[in-house]
Formats: sequence, C-alpha cells, structure tokens
Amino acid sequence: MRDLSVSFATRQGVVRAVDGLSLDVAAREVVGIVGESGSGKSVAMYSMLGLVRDANATISGSVVFEGREILGLPDKEMQPLRGGQIGMIFQDPMTALTPVFSVGWQIVEQIRQHTDMTKGQAKARAIELLAEVGIPDARRRVDSFPHEFSGGMRQRVVIAMALSCNPRLLIADEPTTALDVTTQAQILELMGRLRDTHGSSIVIITHDMGVIAEMADRVTVMYAGRPVESGPEVDVVRAPRHPYTWGLLGAVPRLGERSERLATIPGNVMSPLEVPEGCAFAPRCEYAMAQCAQRPALTGTGHQHACWLGEEQRVAIRSDGKGAP
Amino acid sequence: MFSFVLRRLASAVLVMFSISVMVFLIFFATPGVNPAARIAGRSASPQVLAQVSAEFGLNRPLPVRYGLMMWHLFFKQDLTSYVNIGVKVIPQITGAAPVTLSLVLGAAVIWLVVGVLGGLVAAANRGRWIDPLIMFGGIAAVSIPVFWLGQVVGLLTQTKFHSVFRWLPGSGYVSFTQSPGQWALHLLLPWLTLATLYAGVYARVLRAELVNAMNEDYVRTARAKGLSERRILMRHALRCSLISVVSLFGLDFGSLVGGAALLTEVVFGLPGIGMLTDTSLQNLDLPVIMACVMYGAFFIVAASAVVDVLYAVLDPRVRVVK
Repeated sequence: MRDLSVSFATRQGVVRAVDGLSLDVAAREVVGIVGESGSGKSVAMYSMLGLVRDANATISGSVVFEGREILGLPDKEMQPLRGGQIGMIFQDPMTALTPVFSVGWQIVEQIRQHTDMTKGQAKARAIELLAEVGIPDARRRVDSFPHEFSGGMRQRVVIAMALSCNPRLLIADEPTTALDVTTQAQILELMGRLRDTHGSSIVIITHDMGVIAEMADRVTVMYAGRPVESGPEVDVVRAPRHPYTWGLLGAVPRLGERSERLATIPGNVMSPLEVPEGCAFAPRCEYAMAQCAQRPALTGTGHQHACWLGEEQRVAIRSDGKGAP
Repeated sequence: MFSFVLRRLASAVLVMFSISVMVFLIFFATPGVNPAARIAGRSASPQVLAQVSAEFGLNRPLPVRYGLMMWHLFFKQDLTSYVNIGVKVIPQITGAAPVTLSLVLGAAVIWLVVGVLGGLVAAANRGRWIDPLIMFGGIAAVSIPVFWLGQVVGLLTQTKFHSVFRWLPGSGYVSFTQSPGQWALHLLLPWLTLATLYAGVYARVLRAELVNAMNEDYVRTARAKGLSERRILMRHALRCSLISVVSLFGLDFGSLVGGAALLTEVVFGLPGIGMLTDTSLQNLDLPVIMACVMYGAFFIVAASAVVDVLYAVLDPRVRVVK
C-alpha cells in the first residue's frame, strides 16, 4: 500500500480520515496497525477493499495485491478478491452475521461464491472449518443460528468464514475489542495458530498495544489518519521513538506496578476537521516545539518515525523515566 | 417449531375466548341498559320483550346467559334479528364473509406484489431518479382517500370512458362459484382501489427497512465475503426486512377482513362484512352488531396468530423453546 489517502467531504469541510498511509505486508507476515479510535485504521482497510461506499469519499494512492493494482477496481473485479483472496474479520461479532441464516449456510454461501464446490462439499468444508476454529460439536452447530452462539463463539464463526477460501491475506479489524479478556486471549491464540496452518498474511487493526506485542511482526502507529511510527514490533515496542507511541505504551497497565491512576495521554483525538498543518500530535504533545508547526516526514530505514525530536533529546527524555516503559 | 405453532394457536383460542366474554359483557352487562329493549329494537311490544328475555335467559345468572348466547351464536346458529324480523344472523355473516375475503385477498396479492417490487426497486436505485419517483408515487397512493378514488374510478369507467371500458361490469358482486370470470371482473376495480393505498404504504416501509438493513454490519460482512450487491440485497437485506412487512401485513389483513374494507365495499356496492356492520349499526340491530364485532375480532386474532407463525419461519430468533 502506497500513500493511501481517504477524505470525506462534509458540510463542515474536508475530513482527511487517512493521510498518506503506506504499508507492506510480506507473505505469512503479521502487520499491526495501532491507534486510538478515530485514527483512520479501519477506514484505510475498508477503502482498500472498496468497502467505503460513500459518495462523498475521495480515495487516492495505490494498493498492489500480488502484483496487481486493486484500488478503484470495479465491484465485479473486486468480488473474487473479497472473501476469496482477502478475508476479513470484524470488530463486533454480535452484528457481523446475518441473523436469519444459520452459520453453516453463511459459510457455504461464501465458499460457493468463490469455488465450484457442491452444496454437500461446501457444507462438509464448513463443518471442518468450524471444528478447526474450536467450535465444539461442529457437525450439529453448523445448523445453529448466530444468536445461539456466545460472542467469542461468533467471532470464531466469523474467523472460520474469513478463512473458508484460504485467503492470502486476512484483515482483522479489532477482532478482540468486543470480547472479554479470556476470550480475547483465545481468539488471538487461534489467529496465531491459523496463520501457521493456512499460511495467510495478517493485518491486524487494534488500539491495544498488548495485542500488537502478542501477534505482530511489524507495526505501524497511526495518529489522526497519519502514520507516525513504523517498524519491526520489537523495535517499536521496546524502543519507541514517537511521543504518541510512548503514550500508547504507557497506557497499558501492568501487573505489579502500583500507581495512583492509569497513565493517559492528555486530551482527546481532535476532531478530524481541526488537524493542524504541522505535526498532528503537537497539540497534545508534552515535547512540542516551534518546529512542530511543520509536518515531519516519516524518516528512517526499517524503524521509521515522524517526529522532530532529535536522537539526543529522545534519549534525555527517556532516561528521565518519562515516556515509559 | 411444531410446539411453537401449537402454543401460539392455543393462546389464540384463549384470546378469542376472552374477547367473546368482553363483547358479551359490553352488550349484556352494561349497567343501566336493558338488553331486552336493545335487542328487540325501537318501540318493541311487551310480548316481544318477554320473548327476547326468554330466548336469551335474561333473568338467569350472567354465566348462563353467556353460555346461552354462545350456544345460539356458534352451535345452534339460530340467533335472529328482531329489527328485520325473522332474519337469522349467522347466514348474514357467512353470506357477507366470502365477499369481503374475495375483496381483501385479491387486493392483498396486488398490493404485496406492487409494494414489494416498488420497495426493492427504490432501495436498489437509491440516489437515482427512479427512487424518489417511486416514493412520490407511494405517498400519492397513501394520500388518496379510498372513497374518492373508488368514486372517480367508477365514474370514469362507467360514464366518460365507458366505450373503452365496456367489458367492465357495473358494481355488485358475483360469487366465485357462480362464475369465476365474472367474479374477477366485478372485483377488479375494487381490488385495485383497495390495493392502491396499501401498495404505497408497503413500498415505503420496505424501502426504509431495506435502506436500514443495507447499513447493517452483516451487509458489510456480506460485501467482504465477495457477494454481489444484487445477492446481498435480495438474500440478506430483503430477508431481514420482510420480517416487519409480514407483521404489518398480518395486522392490515386481519382488520380489513374484519370489516375495515367498509369504504371500498360501500363505494362498489359489495355486500361484505363492512357493509353489514354499517347497516346493522344504522338499524341498531344488536344481535347482528354483536356477531359482526365477534367475527371481526376473531379474524384479527386468527390473522395475528398466522403472522406469528410466519414470523417464526422467517426469523429464527423468535423460535425460542422455553
């Protein structure tokens, strides 16, 4: 993905939901996109698949999938990719399935859309998939309806569906946000296992640094639609460079550390209409300086960051114990 | 599913029983009203009053009176009108019911087909000129009063353009068993007139439901599965939207068969339940009024029971087995 930008024309002005996002995903790689709510993570993925259906949206940039430009392809040509080559897992499993069809029917529908399997074969495959994602008694449950499953089980169904056609790429949009903590761990573990068995690459969208540390090989941190830091997971999590990443990491509470209150980043994500010309994070940044009125570019090789702070300044700040961990 | 149907039917029977009790109480136990005088009609002689009292057991306890009434209504079916002396009530109802049923059934087929098609086409073409056009047609259809539309249609076909519509018979009713062709011809204009209003309502309701459904998360999932827009609309969105259309249909159908098609019946001279209720009200013919009320209520209950069963067929979430 190169320089993807998505903007929406609204009554109040143009909203740049995604602004110059670039991303590479290698085979079998897990790439994480992190950021607060409203930072443009999901919109980027949806627009990549042509799922942003808003007459007011303008999408530019380039998305190359297996050597082919797919951004702006007509629906007819996108359909074989969606669900076939690229699977998608959604945030809220409670509403992601059509309530009036059995889960088996919905999986079979997708398989039959992309392959020549007969109904019987597709059904057998659906049972196989449900068993694979850990749904007990899959043979019987295949005829159950979505409302007969718990949230975690429904997310497993959604994952089974996304994997049904052995996609090359799996996009997971906050797959664990709507689930409780123990279920989250199970779903993450399941996704990790499936990556190994199916050999799909995964793009995982989250606002939880814990999920990134658990799953991702590489990470891109987004703020207000812009990438602010990007690099291998180890580097970004162990040696973060952008003050926003410091804040995100600092906001993960840890066991054994007592503090008066949870660490937060001061302020909220600003209204997308008010994003400043310069560094988007500057208004909330403790270390903002005059230079931040100009927009910093994403620089560096491997581990990239978009911040005017120099190496020495960063080291000085971090050795003060600020910008934990 | 089977137990669901059974339970639903059992509760319908219970509701019907309660309605019969309530209707009975309203007519026979309203304080300060002498039911004998009401039944006998205006200026009845003392002999007639005595006869009424004896027939309905008006000097006996309330439950016995209720039993007697139901006995005459449903089992012996010999309830007679005292206003039109000697005319039995039940044959009037059974004579009028097929007329109303023919009218409403035919109209329902037309309005469902037109309404669902209109809603689908409008929703599929949102943002194009055809969508507002259909929706405007819908609002116009809803706004035209039945009595006006019926009169105008009748007037145009019978007088001004009679040469073109020579093949159309005048108002009135021919039973299906007598001549299916004439039955349909006689009912054609009433069907269209009655269906106009409902087709408009249904097209608008379905379009709104579909537009809502197309914004649901499951539609996004369906798109991510690689399904075509057409399939998403026809399978996923339509199936979910039909649920509310079906419940609307049950209520409309029940109340129309129960007598709400009065205006259409009067305009086209169809001797249906609505017309019967209307004349019996004007004559204060109590036994007939009571039978009509009972019949209407029963049809609404029966229709809503059928709708609930249909609902369970369409929506698995309703099929909860306790």
